[in-house]
Amino acid sequence: MFATRSLVVRSFLAMFVVFASWLALASVNITNGQTTATDARPADGLAEWQRVYSVLTFPRCINCHTATNYPQQGDDRHRHFANVIRGPDGKGVAGLNCASCHQEKNSDATGVPGGHNWHLAPLSMRWQDPNDRPLSSAAVCRALIDRAKNHGLDAPGLLKHHEEEPLVLWAWDPGRRPDGTLRALPPLTHVQFVEATRRWVAAGTPCPKGP
Amino acid sequence: MTTYQLSVNGQRKEVDVDPTTPLLWVLREELKMTGTKYGCGISACGACTVHLDGIASRSCVIPVSLIGNRPIVTIEGIGADPVGRAVQDAWVDKDVVQCGYCQSGQIMTAVALLKDKPRPTDTNIEESMGGNLCRCGTYVRIREAIKGASAQLK
Repeated sequence: MFATRSLVVRSFLAMFVVFASWLALASVNITNGQTTATDARPADGLAEWQRVYSVLTFPRCINCHTATNYPQQGDDRHRHFANVIRGPDGKGVAGLNCASCHQEKNSDATGVPGGHNWHLAPLSMRWQDPNDRPLSSAAVCRALIDRAKNHGLDAPGLLKHHEEEPLVLWAWDPGRRPDGTLRALPPLTHVQFVEATRRWVAAGTPCPKGP
Repeated sequence: MTTYQLSVNGQRKEVDVDPTTPLLWVLREELKMTGTKYGCGISACGACTVHLDGIASRSCVIPVSLIGNRPIVTIEGIGADPVGRAVQDAWVDKDVVQCGYCQSGQIMTAVALLKDKPRPTDTNIEESMGGNLCRCGTYVRIREAIKGASAQLK
């Protein structure tokens, strides 16, 4: 009698372990060889967001997400030389357009970076304050997920933007400075950046609290 | 060396140059078109400005390999354009030039401005011309000439 009861308990435990394992595995989808958490916890999502934020506020990205009438350049994020200004659509003004120098590709021979449709991000996507200080993680996050500010992108749209937008991709292929040295790269690889975005999106695009 | 077919002021030109050669040096050294000037060499002064597919462009930093089939217009050809003609006439009328070194770039930028804004405000002029430097300080006359050209345009 006791042995039978023990067998039942063990069987139950074994089934419970199997079920729990299945549950854990079921929370991860494998798509195109990449794992995607479908029920990621908000805390995990916040951690992934911080990784995304570390890239967004890196000079290769934030230099064109200014709150001012001009872009920045360099790792010290100084004002763009030659009196370049934003212009009505973020592409400079007639006679002094972004495309006056920035072509479809980097020009390593002259040190001028290039990429398709070179332009400033709109002011609604500014990630700095008017004094050129990066906005907080919470503020950038809120702006990023606000479809009134981000050209109507939903969460999958944001992920696609980070995966495919040529000027986003440029940050990982920024070419050489005029002195011939390589421009610094963001703190994550593009694959890591996309994966962090994917996990943040899967967690429901949580944003930190605070100003 | 690579052979490139370029459209310069409406004419086909063939050059055999290193792909990294800036357009400025293709114009000046290969095609002997010396109206476009070398100033700073880093796109900071505007002396090398030409039109690339209608966009005022800094030829000192654009390698010939990135030109593609976009038409190039230089100071030697801009007079064939009605806006370019009006600007050049206004430049003469207002006696803008002092030493003249920067003026081909100034004119090319002014033409791009007037094609986009035929009636530019002072702010428009300051913003568009702000990247073209003049060591002689002819800025006041440049502004007058742009307004003069604007008045001539219908």
